[in-house]
Amino acid sequence: MIDAKIPAGPLDDKWTEYKGHCKLVNPANKRKLEVIIIGTGLAGASAAASLGELGYKVKAFCFQDSPRRAHSIAAQGGINAAKNYQNDGDSVFRLFYDTIKGGDYRAREANVHRLSEVSSNIIDQCVAQGVPFAREYGGLLSNRSFGGTQVQRTFYAAGQTGQQLLIGAYQALERQVALGNVKMYNRHEMLDIVNIDGKTRGIIARDLVSGKLERHFGHAVLLCTGGYGNVFYLSTNAMGSNVTAIWKAHKKGAAFANPCFTQIHPTCIPVSGDHQSKLTLMSESLRNDGRIWVPQQKGETRKAIDIPEEERDYYLERRYPAFGNLVPRDVASRAAKERCDAGFGVGTSKQAVYLDFADAILRYGKIEVGKEGRENVSEEEIIVLGKEVVKEKYGNLFDMYEKITGENPYELPMRIYPAVHYTMGGLWVDYELQTTVKGLYCLGEANFSDHGANRLGASALMQGLADGYFVIPYTVGNYLADEIYSKAIPTDHPAFVEAEKAVADRIDTLMNIKGSQSVESLHKRLGKIMWDKCGMARNAEGLKQAIEEIKALKKEFWSDVKIPGIINEYNPELDKANRVADFIELGELMCVDALNRNESCGGHFREEYQTPEGEALRDDANYMYVAAWELKSEGNWELHKEPLNYDVIKPTQRNYK
Amino acid sequence: MEHYNMNLTLKIWRQKNKNDKGGFQSFQVKDISSEMSFLEMLDVLNEQLIHEGQDPIAFDHDCREGICGMCSLYINGKPHGEWKGNTTCQLHMRAFKDGETITIEPWRASAFPVIKDLIVDRTSFDRIIQAGGYISVNTGNAVDGNSLPINKDRADASFAAAMCIGCGACVAACKNSSAMLFLSAKVAHLALLPQGEPERHSRVMNMVAQMDKEGFGACTNTGACEATCPKEISISNIARLNLEYLTASIVAEK
Repeated sequence: MIDAKIPAGPLDDKWTEYKGHCKLVNPANKRKLEVIIIGTGLAGASAAASLGELGYKVKAFCFQDSPRRAHSIAAQGGINAAKNYQNDGDSVFRLFYDTIKGGDYRAREANVHRLSEVSSNIIDQCVAQGVPFAREYGGLLSNRSFGGTQVQRTFYAAGQTGQQLLIGAYQALERQVALGNVKMYNRHEMLDIVNIDGKTRGIIARDLVSGKLERHFGHAVLLCTGGYGNVFYLSTNAMGSNVTAIWKAHKKGAAFANPCFTQIHPTCIPVSGDHQSKLTLMSESLRNDGRIWVPQQKGETRKAIDIPEEERDYYLERRYPAFGNLVPRDVASRAAKERCDAGFGVGTSKQAVYLDFADAILRYGKIEVGKEGRENVSEEEIIVLGKEVVKEKYGNLFDMYEKITGENPYELPMRIYPAVHYTMGGLWVDYELQTTVKGLYCLGEANFSDHGANRLGASALMQGLADGYFVIPYTVGNYLADEIYSKAIPTDHPAFVEAEKAVADRIDTLMNIKGSQSVESLHKRLGKIMWDKCGMARNAEGLKQAIEEIKALKKEFWSDVKIPGIINEYNPELDKANRVADFIELGELMCVDALNRNESCGGHFREEYQTPEGEALRDDANYMYVAAWELKSEGNWELHKEPLNYDVIKPTQRNYK
Repeated sequence: MEHYNMNLTLKIWRQKNKNDKGGFQSFQVKDISSEMSFLEMLDVLNEQLIHEGQDPIAFDHDCREGICGMCSLYINGKPHGEWKGNTTCQLHMRAFKDGETITIEPWRASAFPVIKDLIVDRTSFDRIIQAGGYISVNTGNAVDGNSLPINKDRADASFAAAMCIGCGACVAACKNSSAMLFLSAKVAHLALLPQGEPERHSRVMNMVAQMDKEGFGACTNTGACEATCPKEISISNIARLNLEYLTASIVAEK
């Protein structure tokens, strides 16, 4: 079942060889071939635009009111590329190496190398589209560094890089809409895929405004629907981000790979109370200047500014002198949790650590004074100048922090705590981004392919756009070249009728439960189980309990959920119920996967498997594989193992000390 | 930050669908924490309504971190509420006091028809972008990113315009329901960059024509758009748009 179809030959040549030999479709035939794309974030919008440009007939779907709203828009920090504009030793190999190492040796070499190869093209493409990246005074592109690397390869647009890249892709998409190559379906949700004779041939979608179900045919279907972090209820994902599309695909035969690999981002604004509906990230770029610390004394009650320097524990600098505050996300998150669990946390909840800019403000202030050649400048004045510099660099993030917390981070250190941010797991795909179902592809965060067990900062934007702009136009062509004889299948085909009926029946069932608990309250309970037992730290005992609890919750959901309103109207509660029902099933699989993986790697930390210093302890002999789960029947999965062969990189214990 | 709890009266616009006439309905919410976001307060109300067997309030929202542009409430007569440079999702309840009455309406503009309750249809914005809000460059056509240096000030000004989140608050704030700030932000973003040069004239002409076709009103320079814009997009972009339009009209051969 599992064949990654990695091209033969040396790693450096694989993608070039593939492109040189894959099948092509002539322009006249492209017009007859229809491609359905679900999701319009970086992966979906870039794929829709690129395939539209090539001449395919594209239909793109998003649940939001416009493709420009997709959650890629919220990415703050930046996008990596191996340009080596800074002359600091970067190269395609180095980006490839850092990504594999950052992923704790659980990603496929060939995919990651390709990602690294095309990274430079992405920057060029975006600049050509008019993406206003940050520039230096000489007019050239600016770079900054990001966690887990020692070179400056991150391109950015203030703290809004995702927004600018998505607007670029969105505009390219809208251009194709205007040219008639892409038809856009806003406020639509995919509720099932339709397979005919072993190939995916279309989807069932629901028009969220009218509530009506629609059938759409496609010679190929591309799922670009992002991550499933909302299984934890609280995450940095958008409220609507969901697993439904890829979960439906999973139920129709697509294997789900490494579902338990979740990224917990170290710098988010802490939870303030039970009313909390989502968590907000503070960009990793803040760690370039901010220093993370907790008090040395347990149960400290003084305010941060009253705690003298020698009574503070800069624990990342202490534990990891080489990388300090710039260690990768999984390492930083765990270290924060360790300190808080040990009783050193700060703030009312004690579930937070400080991210402090006082030193950076002073340092920048002194540089400004030095530039002006002044002497005998008071510390107050230095601080004023330093704050100006910090404002220029991080102003929008500081403003956001203040709006949410009501505290001024220029005066007081920020309080931060890790939060669910990204899911490395996703549908299993081969080298061509095809799932285990023919004709069904998966791009971007929704697939599992490039980040192993931990994603490095500024790599998600890179992967989304690599998949959409530069990979899928080749690989889907290689499949569609054999489809030129397949005429569009009419949507009154029994497979469409049957799939639509199954979707309608499920919606009817949901609406008719008429129980007593709201969707939201059940989702919250699922989130708590997942966070407590399948979150930053896991153990076998807890995971077994979680599986039982989720099974019970599932029963409760299907017997006691309360959904107001009717089917044929705009009914956000019904949309949410559809999604939460899928999250519950996914939650179980995540725990099954976490329980199966008797090792710690990247973001997957099993308490039983750690070094004496508390670092993740991998077991390469037994677990150097991708866990691809095939659904056999409800709550019953078969594990397929894709061994990971490292031909070029020699796995070692990750060391950031 | 000291926090407190409050009881509030909410006067909310209800409208079943685009054909319904709609009207206000009042609700009471209790023990709202000052630490909640405005939308979390509405979540509390909706949970309450669901338990009482009533229809919850439909409102658009997604990222809840001020960047997707989906949230769109007209709060006490102001798009996105009282706070300057802010979206509804980032408005927090410490902006309100115990016992207050809050009036919540959808965006009001004929080019933004109401879909349900507080949700409006903003696809007219997408169609304005389709008319020319892009640079015509196919994937794979690009040269090296550093082959074309761009003056930093111009790049920064372009970025400042490109920060627009397409929420439509500018339209909602304008007494004429003009979309000039939205449109000008896109025109300025692209006109300030050398990449935007080849399509400079056709872009502005086509986008303005589409804006008129969608039924947005004219700009009378009152500046309500700039004052309400959550991303503080400058009204000077409208001056640039007018200049671009004038130049394009003069050189237009068509």
